[in-house]
Amino acid sequence: MQERQPGLIPRFMEGLKKSREDIRKKVDRVLSLANKPDPEMLEELEEALITADVGVGTSLEIIEALNERIRQDRSLTGEGVREELKSIIREMLDDERTEAVPEDTATVILVVGVNGVGKTTSIGKLAAHYKHRGKKVLIAAADTFRAAAIEQLEVWGQRAGAEIIKHSEGSDPAAVVFDALGAARARNAEVVICDTAGRLHNKKNLMEELKKIQRIINREAGDCSRETYLVLDATTGQNALVQARMFKEITDITGIILTKLDGTAKGGIVLAIKRELDIPVKYVGLGEGMEDLQPFDGKAFAQAFLG
Amino acid sequence: MAFEGLTEKLQQTFKKLKGKGKLSEKDVKEGMREVRLALLEADVNFLVVKDFIKKVTDRAVGGEVMESLTPGQQVIKIVKEQLVELMGSAPSRPVFSSSGVTKIMLVGLQGAGKTTAAAKMAKYFEKRSGKSPLLVACDIYRPAAIKQLHVMGEKAGIPVFSMGDKGKPADIAKAGLAEAKKNGRDVVIIDTAGRLHIDDTLMAELKEMKEKVVPDQVLLVVDAMTGQDAVNVAQAFNSRIGIDGIFLTKLDGDSRGGAAISVKAVTGKPVKFVGTGEKVEDIELFHPDRMASRILGMGDVLTLIEKAEQSFDQKKAAELTRKLKSQQFTLDDFLEQLRQVRNMGPIDQIMGMIPGINKGKMGPMEIDEKELAWVEAIINSMTPAERNNPSIISGSRRKRIAAGSGTRIQQVNRLLKQFEQTRKLMRQFAEMGKGPKKGKPGFPFI
Repeated sequence: MQERQPGLIPRFMEGLKKSREDIRKKVDRVLSLANKPDPEMLEELEEALITADVGVGTSLEIIEALNERIRQDRSLTGEGVREELKSIIREMLDDERTEAVPEDTATVILVVGVNGVGKTTSIGKLAAHYKHRGKKVLIAAADTFRAAAIEQLEVWGQRAGAEIIKHSEGSDPAAVVFDALGAARARNAEVVICDTAGRLHNKKNLMEELKKIQRIINREAGDCSRETYLVLDATTGQNALVQARMFKEITDITGIILTKLDGTAKGGIVLAIKRELDIPVKYVGLGEGMEDLQPFDGKAFAQAFLG
Repeated sequence: MAFEGLTEKLQQTFKKLKGKGKLSEKDVKEGMREVRLALLEADVNFLVVKDFIKKVTDRAVGGEVMESLTPGQQVIKIVKEQLVELMGSAPSRPVFSSSGVTKIMLVGLQGAGKTTAAAKMAKYFEKRSGKSPLLVACDIYRPAAIKQLHVMGEKAGIPVFSMGDKGKPADIAKAGLAEAKKNGRDVVIIDTAGRLHIDDTLMAELKEMKEKVVPDQVLLVVDAMTGQDAVNVAQAFNSRIGIDGIFLTKLDGDSRGGAAISVKAVTGKPVKFVGTGEKVEDIELFHPDRMASRILGMGDVLTLIEKAEQSFDQKKAAELTRKLKSQQFTLDDFLEQLRQVRNMGPIDQIMGMIPGINKGKMGPMEIDEKELAWVEAIINSMTPAERNNPSIISGSRRKRIAAGSGTRIQQVNRLLKQFEQTRKLMRQFAEMGKGPKKGKPGFPFI
């Protein structure tokens, strides 16, 4: 990884080496000095947070909170500062593990998000997750737009052992959801998961379509508990906040599935989303395998974030 | 904290700067703090931002601005120039291999939009460059990825080569090349599976494919919404596989696309294409200067003109100009014009390109495409005489038109008012066009 490319500003390469480091190493470096915290250290920590896509506003707020704690406990050094920072992040995320599906009532889960975040894959894994816990799972293939989305879901359905309710490509997605809910009642399914087409949150007509789907679920799901998950790609930057806001306006978002956390992206934007919109993360995606979707754990997240 | 686009942020910042006669170092610093914030919120990598701010500050404080009569504008100019420099100064036209088949490989993370990008490029090369492309499906991992490319290819009218999901991607790509040669296809676009840049096995597989196929170009497909991690991804793909350019996708979203700046800065490779919508035609060449203008709120007039040229019927346009000049612009023409504008694409995209239109301030775009359908219905419910001379439309005629088009009288009134305003505006434009410069300027020395 030390290859130098001609034509690039050396200073920049120097900087990049720094950014290639994992945020954890960065925090290590800042804190390892065992020095008393000083403004420079705080600034570097702020930069580390920004590099993790936490966003400028939220990063500032976190650092201010940290600074407050340092002021209150002047004996804090490197390791102590790290623990404080971790606990601030944990508290922001509500340090409680949440399992979405209650044991006794049936649940309808609507899954939404922009294009390419991993909705279909997450649904496959969710289905397997509930199947594994002994639930009867039904999947509604309501992404009737993207080419071969239904086929992709079918493969996942087979892997998970979940039945799929589908119409043809190009048909009305709300009708698919309607049928799936009917089928779920008839077959006593306990978990219904509805896939939807990826849509950019600034496309009015597509968002209206989603509103209709949510309306159908609210009307038809009877006594079932309802969940609406927004799938976010951990690689996404500040736009994820806008996505969350817009999807929340249209649907009753109850949680986030944060995908692709197995890369080098840290998904820090969920901190900003929690702070601004109070939407919790419910699951994280850690790979392509069937079992690579795990319930979110704030403590583990903070740990992974800062080491 | 409401999210505002970079454009609005910078506009605000420079409004402050514009208000002053001269700029002190403090002013510049304050302005730069806002630029820094705006760029970070636009997901430009923070090291790139640091570098950028330093350069602009150096240039701005170094006297260049102080002596200028309009310091604020001077700063904007510097910021824009530096942005353009960061993104590469000229748009890069597609280059084709002079000998035989041009081979293009698309690589990137999962969900970046490779398959869609592949189909769009193929369509673009066929339509604009007169090529006959072949799409090759090498994503053997994601369920139904091959099927997806087949469907996309069918939509685009481009043949797709695939060998199922059992073979090695490098071998499939090779076979795709042979197929292209056999059938006289001169551009081969290879779609590969999405992969993480830290996945050694899959990165090695790409490397093998590159060695076997020897592509003319490897394009990294990058989602415009990517955050700070974009630099790591681009750096890894570039150092391990070697890339020649970038395909920036999902630019029709409302992300500012700071990733484009970051990726260019770390790899030194230009952004070549941008994806701007769900349809197979929604692809454009990347124009760094236009992008910089867009980011800075100067609008994207050039793209607008280009779009207009593509979608407007030249004959009709000439006829329209004639009518405008002779002041015979009728409701029929108005309707025709609306239809042509609609051909250019979704209204909100077009609005975004017009300078001075501030998307953020207008709230979420509430321009409803349905509104246009109403307008059409209203005009269609008029008699030819009414369309030619709207001044004869009396109260009772309005009532009839509303009933005929299924609208309300208020809507009819609003339309007539809009028409009158448009006509006035058009007349002004026509007057402007009558200036001394007519047609192409001649060469003075010949």
